[in-house]
Amino acid sequence: MTAHRLPSGGLLIDRARPVEFRFNGKPVKGFAGDTLAAALLASGRTLMGRSFKYHRPRGVVAAGVEEPNALMCVGEGPRATPNQRATMVEIAPGMSARSQNHWPSLEWDVGAVNAAIASVAPVFSAGFYYKTFLFPRIAWKHLYEPVIRQSAGLGPAPEGVDPDEYEHLHAFADVLVIGAGMAGLAAARAAAEAGARVIVAEQGPRAGGRLLSESDIEIGGMPGADWAAGEAAALAAMPNVTLLTRCQGAGLYDHGYALLDEEPKEGPSRRLWRVRAKRIVIATGAIERPLAFANNDLPGVMLAGAVRDYLALWAVAPGREIVVFANNDDAYRTALAAHLAGLTVKAVIDCRAEAAGALPEAARAAGIAVRTGMIVAKAKGGKALKSVLVAKRAADGRVAGALEEIGCDVLAMSGGWSPAVHLFSHCGGKLRWDEAQAMFRPAPERGAPTGADGEVNTFVAGAANGLLSTAEGLADALAAGARAASDLGFSAVAAEAPSATEPGMTPLQPLWFTPSVGKYAHGTKHFLDFQNDVTAADVELAAREGYESIEHAKRYTTLGMATDQGKLSNINGLATLANALAAPIPEVGTTTFRPPWTPLSLGSIAGRDAGTLFKPVRRTPMHDWHEANGADWEPVGEWRRPFTYRRAGESREASVAREVRAVREAAGMLDASTLGKLLVTGPDAGRFLDLLYTNMMSTLKPGACRYGLMCNENGFLFDDGVVARLPNGDFLCHTTTGGAERVHGWMEEWLQTEWPELKVHVANLTEQFTQIAVAGPKAREILQPLTGMDLSASALPFMGIAEGEMAGIPVRLFRISFSGELSYEIAAPAHRGRALWDAIREAGAGQGIQPYGTEALHVLRAEKGFIMIGDETDGTVTPQDLGLSWAVSKKKADFIGKRAQERPFLSHPERERLVGLETLEPGKRLPDGAYAVADPAAKTPEVIGRVTSSYLSPTLGRAIALGLVKRGPERMGEVISFPLEKGEVMQARIVDPVFYDKEGARQNV
Amino acid sequence: MQRYSAFAVAREALGYHQGWERAWGAPEPRAEYDVIVIGAGGHGLATAYYLAKNHGITNVAVLEKGWLGGGNTGRNTTIIRSNYLQEPSAAIYELSRGLYEDLSQKLNFNIMFSPRGVLMLCQTEHELRALRRTAHANRLAGIETEMVDVARVKKLCPIIETSGPRFPVLGGLWQPRGGTARHDAVAWGYARAASDLGVHVIQRCEVTGIDVSGGRVTGVQTSKGPIRARKVAMVVAGHSGVLAEMAGFRLPVESVALQALVSEPIKPCMDIVVMANTVHGYMSQSDKGEMVIGGGADGFNNYTQRGSFHHIEETVRALKETFPMISRLKMLRQWGGIVDMTGDRSPIISKTPVEGIFINCGWGTGGFKAIPGSGWATAAMIANGGDRVADPFSLDRFREGRMIDESVAAAVAH
Repeated sequence: MTAHRLPSGGLLIDRARPVEFRFNGKPVKGFAGDTLAAALLASGRTLMGRSFKYHRPRGVVAAGVEEPNALMCVGEGPRATPNQRATMVEIAPGMSARSQNHWPSLEWDVGAVNAAIASVAPVFSAGFYYKTFLFPRIAWKHLYEPVIRQSAGLGPAPEGVDPDEYEHLHAFADVLVIGAGMAGLAAARAAAEAGARVIVAEQGPRAGGRLLSESDIEIGGMPGADWAAGEAAALAAMPNVTLLTRCQGAGLYDHGYALLDEEPKEGPSRRLWRVRAKRIVIATGAIERPLAFANNDLPGVMLAGAVRDYLALWAVAPGREIVVFANNDDAYRTALAAHLAGLTVKAVIDCRAEAAGALPEAARAAGIAVRTGMIVAKAKGGKALKSVLVAKRAADGRVAGALEEIGCDVLAMSGGWSPAVHLFSHCGGKLRWDEAQAMFRPAPERGAPTGADGEVNTFVAGAANGLLSTAEGLADALAAGARAASDLGFSAVAAEAPSATEPGMTPLQPLWFTPSVGKYAHGTKHFLDFQNDVTAADVELAAREGYESIEHAKRYTTLGMATDQGKLSNINGLATLANALAAPIPEVGTTTFRPPWTPLSLGSIAGRDAGTLFKPVRRTPMHDWHEANGADWEPVGEWRRPFTYRRAGESREASVAREVRAVREAAGMLDASTLGKLLVTGPDAGRFLDLLYTNMMSTLKPGACRYGLMCNENGFLFDDGVVARLPNGDFLCHTTTGGAERVHGWMEEWLQTEWPELKVHVANLTEQFTQIAVAGPKAREILQPLTGMDLSASALPFMGIAEGEMAGIPVRLFRISFSGELSYEIAAPAHRGRALWDAIREAGAGQGIQPYGTEALHVLRAEKGFIMIGDETDGTVTPQDLGLSWAVSKKKADFIGKRAQERPFLSHPERERLVGLETLEPGKRLPDGAYAVADPAAKTPEVIGRVTSSYLSPTLGRAIALGLVKRGPERMGEVISFPLEKGEVMQARIVDPVFYDKEGARQNV
Repeated sequence: MQRYSAFAVAREALGYHQGWERAWGAPEPRAEYDVIVIGAGGHGLATAYYLAKNHGITNVAVLEKGWLGGGNTGRNTTIIRSNYLQEPSAAIYELSRGLYEDLSQKLNFNIMFSPRGVLMLCQTEHELRALRRTAHANRLAGIETEMVDVARVKKLCPIIETSGPRFPVLGGLWQPRGGTARHDAVAWGYARAASDLGVHVIQRCEVTGIDVSGGRVTGVQTSKGPIRARKVAMVVAGHSGVLAEMAGFRLPVESVALQALVSEPIKPCMDIVVMANTVHGYMSQSDKGEMVIGGGADGFNNYTQRGSFHHIEETVRALKETFPMISRLKMLRQWGGIVDMTGDRSPIISKTPVEGIFINCGWGTGGFKAIPGSGWATAAMIANGGDRVADPFSLDRFREGRMIDESVAAAVAH
C-alpha cells in the first residue's frame, strides 16, 4: 500500500463528504470530487487494468482524457458502460466499477501467457497476424479467428435497452472557446468584454487547467489558481457568457459547426451541444509525452504532470519513493511538489548534459539529487514498480557505463509537451514541426478552418498554439479572443495582459527513445502505445518491412488506434519511425486527427429521438379508429397503414378476401390520407408539370383529373398519381404514399437548381387533407344522401372533380378509381377526417360497406392490371415497358426522361414488358419475385422474365400475377417456366394483364 | 519473396525480427512501361497483380500520389458480399467473393477474409418482396443466399431487436459466404505479391498530365518526371474525373463523401454483418472488437475526406432502434471516403475515347468487395481488349441506356 491519501489538501475533493463505491465487487472509500483513478490510488490500488495484446498489468499513467490504461466498465445491468477512463469518471455513492480484459481476475490473468510467450520469443510482433494463420484455410474461420476475437476487445458488450436519457441542445455563439484553462479564460474574457456572445466549454469539473496544479505560477499578483477562479467567476457573471464545465469540445466541422459533449451533474445522462459559432478559439492546452524506455508500462510509471495533478487536486500520492525522469525543466515541478508533500524524491534523472534552470536549481536547493546526462535504462517490478536501472547516456543515445539501481515505487516521466491540436485538425487546420520545442504546432498560414464566407474562423491560443510559457500563452490568448471579437465587428479593447511570473525554463532536449542495454529490442519492451501494446521495436519493424508512411506504420502496428487515439503515443511513434528511416520528423508527417476528441457516446449522438421518437409514426385522422377496429398494421414510408382489418378468428388471407369481395359486390372504404398531395401553383405551373410528367398537364381543364407518370433523367418510371386541376386553375398532384417527400424534393430541386426562372410554387399539403376512397357498385347510393352535390355520371363523370359539402363537411370529390369500380375519393380538411369517415361508414352500413386495407387495394388493382410503383417498377422500368405509352406525350418537346427513353436499349424490342400470368394450377400462387427462364433444365438458364406482383384473386377464384417478360405482349398464351427452390418448377400462361372487366364497364357507370 | 508462415514468424522471432525483408520494393520509375496503372488502391494493385499473374505482363508500374491503399481501400467498412440483383453485378461480385476465399493463400498474406455471413434485414413488406426476388435471382446466378425468418435472424444475431416497435424485423436475406476482410491487408497483400512478380509500385508519384498524341496515349507526366507507356489504366476512384479531364474526356461520375465510424472495442457480441436498409445503416464487429458502422453519403458533391455529423447522427439513431445495445458504446472515430457515383450506381470498367487509356471507376459505395474481381476483369480487358465480366460495365452503356441499376436491391449505401 504505497499509494495513499495525504493528510491535507486536494483542491477538488470535499473531505466532509465521504463516498463509498465498489471496485471489482469490493467496497472502496473516497471523497466527493475524486475520480475513480484518484480514489483507487488513495486506497492503495495501483493495478487498474490489463493491456490489449499482452495482458500486461497496468496502472494509471495520466490524470486526464489521455489515459490509455485505466479503462473500466462502470455501472450495472443496462447502465453498464464499458471502456470508461477511470481518470474522467467522478465517483458517486453506490457506483460500481469493474476492471476489464482479464480472466479470471485482474490480479491473475490467464491472458498474460501472451506476455510470457513473448518474453521467450517475440512472436507477437507487429503485424504477425498478416504472416500467420494462413493454413489450413478453413482454420481461419473456425479456429484462429474465434480465438483472436475472444482475446481481443476490451470491455464487455452492453446488454439490453439503455434506460438513460440523452439531450441535444442547439446553440449559437459569436465566439466559442474550447477549454477554460488559462488561455481559454483569457480568450473568453477578451471576447466577452468586447460584447461578443461567448460559450466557453471546459472538460474538467473546474476552470483553470494546469493552473490548478502548479503552485509556482502567479498571474496579476495572485496564485494562478486564484486568478483562474476569479476569471471564471467574472465570466459566469456576464450575461453574454455561457460557461460550461464537464463539457468537452468533441468535434469541429465545416463552417464553425462544433459539437460539445456535456455530462451534466443533473438532468439527462449526457447533453450534446450543437453549436454554430462565428469564431472559435481552441485553447485545449498541451499533453505531456511519456518516455520510451524498457518496461515503461509498469504500474507506478506515470506522467510527471499527472503526479502533480494527483497531489494537488485530490491529495493523492501515487507512492512514497519517487524518481523523476525527464528531458526538460517542467518535470522538476513534480520533484518539488512531491518533496513538499513529504514524499521521498530519490533522484531526478535528466538526459540533458546540464540542467541549470530555475527549477533544477530549486530542486538542488531542496536537497534533491539531480543527475544530469543520465537516462533510465529499464524499470523493474511485477505488478508494481520496484526500482529503476539508470546509467549514463552516450552520444549515440545508448546506455553507457555501469547500471545503477534505484528503488522507487513511482517513476514520474516527462518527454516534454505536445500541443493538443486535435480539434484544429478536425476541420482542415494544418500543422508545422517546431524543431526547437520538438512539437507539432498549428500553422494557420498553411491552412485553417474557414467559415461559410471563406474567412478563417478558428484560432488556436496558448499552449495548444505551442506557447508553453505562462506570459506568452496569456498574451496570445488575449489577442486571440480580441481578434475573434473584432473580426465580428465588436470593438475589442486591447486589454493589457496581467503580469505573469513563473520560474524560467531552459530548453528541452528531444528524447524519443531510450534503448535499454545490449540488443535493446531483444526481449524487453519499450512501449509507445500502452493500450495497444505497440513497442518501439514494432515501429522499427514496420519501417524495415517498407511500411514507411506513418499511415502504413500506424495501421500495421496499430499505433495510435486505441481508445486514446494516440494522445500519448503519436509523436513518440512518429519520431521513432523517423529515426528508423533516418528522415526528419516533418517529412514522415503526422496522421490526421478525426472527430471526436475523446470517444463520444452513441446514445448521445442519437439524442432524444430514440424509441417512440425515432421516426415518429405519422397518423391519419382515422388512425385510432383503425387501431380499435382490428387494423393489422403495415409500415409504409413514415406512416402505418392497415394491411387489413381482421375480425376475431379470421386469418389474414380470409380478411383480405372478404374486403376485396365487399368492394366488388357492395362498397368498401379506404383511408387514402397518406397519399402525397402537392399543390403546384403559379403562372408557369402547367409548363413546369409538362416538364416533370411524361404526359401533358398544361392542357388539363379546371375541374378534371389526369393520371400522370414521372420519370427520372434516365427515363425510368419513379412515381405516379392523379393530377387534379382544381376549379381555380391550380394543380394538385397526388403521389404515392412513400413518394410524397421524394417527389416534393424532386420538384424543388428542379425549380431551384435547373429552372429558377419558372414562376412556380410547390406546397406539400399531404397532412392538411384527409382522403377517403369509397369504391364499389353501391358507392353512389351510399354517398348521394350525404350531399347536395349531384353525383350522377352526367354531373360528375369519370375523372371529374366537384367541390361542395358532404355530411356538413367541406369536401372535394375526385371521381377516380384504383379498383376498377365506381369510385370517389373524397378530400376534406384533416381535422374533419374522422367525422367524415364515421358519417360515410354509418351511411353505408345498410349497404354492406366495409373498410379495406392496403392488401385488398393491391389485389383489386392487380385484378385490373394497374401497376404499383415499387412492385412493377424498380428503377429499371420505363412507362413503355408497362404498356403505358398512352401516358407518354409524343407532342411535347421535352420532359424529364424523354431523351433517355430514345436511347437504343430503352426502345429495344427484346425488353421485358408487362403481362398477366395465370398459373397452370389455378390455386397455386407464383412466389413474389420469381424468375422465368427459357429452359429450366439448362445449366445456366437464360432469364426471360419475372413476377412483379402475385395474389390469390377472390374475384376470379384463382391465382393471378403481373410480370415483366421479354417481348411479353407478343407471346400471349405461351406457357413459361419458373424454377423455384429445391428443383421445383412452376408454370404459368402469359395472358392480358387486365384480368377483370377489361372494358371498364364497372367504373363507367 | 520471403514466404510468410507461422514457422517463419517463429524463426524470425528468435532473431528478434531483424531478418524480415521489405514487403514491397521502392523502385525508381523506368523511362517506359508496357502498362501504367494510375492509383495504388486495391483495384489498381489487383489490376497490376493479375496483369502479371494471369497475362504475364510484368513490365507494369503502379503510380500512387500518396501512400498505397490510402484512399477508399483503407476507409471502407470491409463488407464482402455478392447478393446482387442484376446479372452483370452478380457476375463480377461473385467472381470477386470467390477470389477472396483463398486470397490469403494466393497472396501469402493473411487478408483475414472471414465468411461470417451477411444478413440483409427486411423491415417492411415491400423490402421482404424485393429481397425474395433477389434470392430468386441469386439462386439462378449460382450465388448461395436464402431467405430466413425472424427466429433465424435472432439466432444469427442475438443483439438485434426484432420486435420493433417502429420497424419490426420480418425476415432477412442471408448470404452465408459473405463476410469481411482486413482492408489494409488487401492492398498490402496485392502490393507485395505484385512487387514480387516484377511490378513497380511507386509511391509519392503524382500524375500531373497525360500525354496524348493523335488520339492515343503515349505516356504520363508525373512528379518524378515523364514516363512513357502505350497503355494507361486510370484506377483512382473519387478523383477519376480529374484524371479524365487531363486526358481530355469527361465521365458521368460525381464524387461525394460517404460517412463511416467505429466504436471502441468490446468483447465479441456480433458474429455476422447486418445491413438494415429501411433504417439505412449497417454494422459488423471487427476482429479487434470495434463495431464498424456505415451510413449515408453527404448530400452534396465534394472531395473532403472528412466526417460530417448529420449522417452519423441519422445512422446511429437508426441503428440504435435495431441494435439497442449500441447506445452505451462510444464512437471512437469517424471519417469520410470520397466515392465516385455513376448514374446507375454501377461501376465503369471500360476503354475510353482515348486509344490506350482504360478506366476503372464508379464503384460508389461498394468498391472494397469488388477488388479481386475488378482487378481480374480489368487486367483481362487491358491484356485482351475485352472481357466477358467487364464488358457490360463499359462507358457505352450510358449512351445506350443499358443501365445496371441495383437501387431496388440495395437502397442503402454499402
